[in-house]
Amino acid sequence: MNNPFRLNIEGLERVLVSLQQKGYEVIGPRHTDGVIVYDRIHSIDDLPAGFVDELTPGMYRLTNNGSRQFFGYTLPPQSWKRFLYPPRRELFTFRKDGKSFGLAPKEDQTPAYAFVGVRACELGAISIQDRVFSSGDYRDEAYLSARRRNFIIAVNCSHAAENCFCTSTGNGPKAGAGFDIVLTEIVNEDSHYFVAETGSDVGTSLMEGIGAGRADESDVDAAEETIRKACDTVRKSLDTSDLPKLLADNTDHPQWEDVAKRCLTCGNCTMVCPTCFCSTVEDTTDLTGRIAGRTRTWDSCFTMDFAKVSGGNFRISAKSRYRQWLTHKLSSWVEQFGVSGCVGCGRCITWCPVGIDLTAEVSAIKGGATKQESGGSR
Amino acid sequence: MPQRKNAGTPKVAVFKFASCDGCQLSLLDAEEELLDVAGAIDIAFFPEASRRMLRGPYDIGIVEGSITTPHDVEHIRAIRKSCGALITIGACATAGGIQALRNWKDIRNFVHIVYASPEYISTLDRSLPVGSFVHVDFELRGCPINKYQLLEVINAFLNKRKPNIHAHSVCMECKMKGNSCIMVARGEPCLGPVTQSGCGAICPSFNRGCYGCFGPMESPNAPALSARFRELGQTRHDIKLAFRTFNAYADAFRKESESHEQ
Repeated sequence: MNNPFRLNIEGLERVLVSLQQKGYEVIGPRHTDGVIVYDRIHSIDDLPAGFVDELTPGMYRLTNNGSRQFFGYTLPPQSWKRFLYPPRRELFTFRKDGKSFGLAPKEDQTPAYAFVGVRACELGAISIQDRVFSSGDYRDEAYLSARRRNFIIAVNCSHAAENCFCTSTGNGPKAGAGFDIVLTEIVNEDSHYFVAETGSDVGTSLMEGIGAGRADESDVDAAEETIRKACDTVRKSLDTSDLPKLLADNTDHPQWEDVAKRCLTCGNCTMVCPTCFCSTVEDTTDLTGRIAGRTRTWDSCFTMDFAKVSGGNFRISAKSRYRQWLTHKLSSWVEQFGVSGCVGCGRCITWCPVGIDLTAEVSAIKGGATKQESGGSR
Repeated sequence: MPQRKNAGTPKVAVFKFASCDGCQLSLLDAEEELLDVAGAIDIAFFPEASRRMLRGPYDIGIVEGSITTPHDVEHIRAIRKSCGALITIGACATAGGIQALRNWKDIRNFVHIVYASPEYISTLDRSLPVGSFVHVDFELRGCPINKYQLLEVINAFLNKRKPNIHAHSVCMECKMKGNSCIMVARGEPCLGPVTQSGCGAICPSFNRGCYGCFGPMESPNAPALSARFRELGQTRHDIKLAFRTFNAYADAFRKESESHEQ
């Protein structure tokens, strides 16, 4: 660790206040109705102290263990994607005026967001979407503008959930890059504080601005111990060696038929995936037809409209749709963007209503492993 | 003062068969939008709203209700002939409605119990959607329909464009709305994954599982969802009842409830 700060609880509060004073809309974890959600927060009192989650395929349970730990949960259903790349965005309106017409782009009103509590896998996902939306001819200026103004406070995980496999994808549990500040939360019987490293000049100046002191050697040791323990709790794995080729070579594997019997084609996996970026556009009109508008909305490769083209739909079966999703995520994504589309967060496993586990599907396609009990065999 | 319509204003008629009126009420319920709609179309026949009943032909016919009697069959065929575009609205018109529960029973028994002189009753042996008898140009789902979807369909027809009505799952709109998941986070059965979107994911937004009011989504895998319901502690009977509600006779739901018959 490179000369980190030590931040006590009041210090974290000063960080949140400082971000708000600088004009950021601060988004962080809150407890709402039995789940953690990323939402607007104003002070450390909004943070979900004591909440821990249990995540297995198709199952999420949140309980409060009475601890003071703010970041003891692992991952909520919705990722930061919905702030940077919202489910609906109005793009422009068309107005017909006599014989001419005019186009008015919709003004981008995305605030400068400060995210608090971004996990290592989520930093990975944001960096993937950065690539997707900045590469080639199709840049998403609204996304890129939101990212340029984005302040990120990451948090190193203190433990993994059952569905986590970030160590396989190389994304966690320790945050590597892509943050302004990264916190490691230390909760002892007699102390509760954060070891904070900075990853940018704005991060450092903010920490100095609130008068944070430097961490000593024992603080750094405690932080490193926390991260090491977190590594040890990652149980699930995905064998990524030669994975793009394995999937590309096995498009006729019988496992695709097997998973299609269980898959609901409901699209939940793509909605919660922090890297899935597919969208569609909807054209609307007023009743007179003089004003028309175009709105972009999230879409999913699991919907029937997704592959509907002139002449028909080229992915009617559930088999072809699940295969498209998984092979894109883990195989053709690499060709397209130079990295895998999976960061090992396991959201698709947790929030699949029938608990389909992509790591189990990959194992089955690899042929070595037997089918897993939970979800994988249903 | 009633607005004088020019010759190009489309004539719209609203018809009702076996139903509760809730869906056509959605049009009156459009409140803020109603004046705009009334300005853009000529409501030529809408007995629930007005005594003014102009004869056809009509440009657009909006039909609520299921077909349950031989007279209904004749009537819907005549309506089809008098309407340019025929739009059916609601679970009754698109799937046979809640009254299709009688399709699993012998209708003669009901008739004998209910009516003093059953010989005067002439009814079909099943309650069926309009589409079983005539060609339908667009089916708008829901029990009841969503008024914004109805306005969207009317708007799309007026502007000769495709309506933005999606046949994908409730889950899609539930997640886009920012909800978590009733089934995953609470272990409660929810028909959202096999049900078509359009309601705005109302029930899951209030921590209730989806009842399937909008009928089967575009590619429902009901057996897989039922298997999960069993793991969540639902009995075969519970599952049969879950699929046997407002859209009981829609193909995917009908097959699933029948496969859970004891």
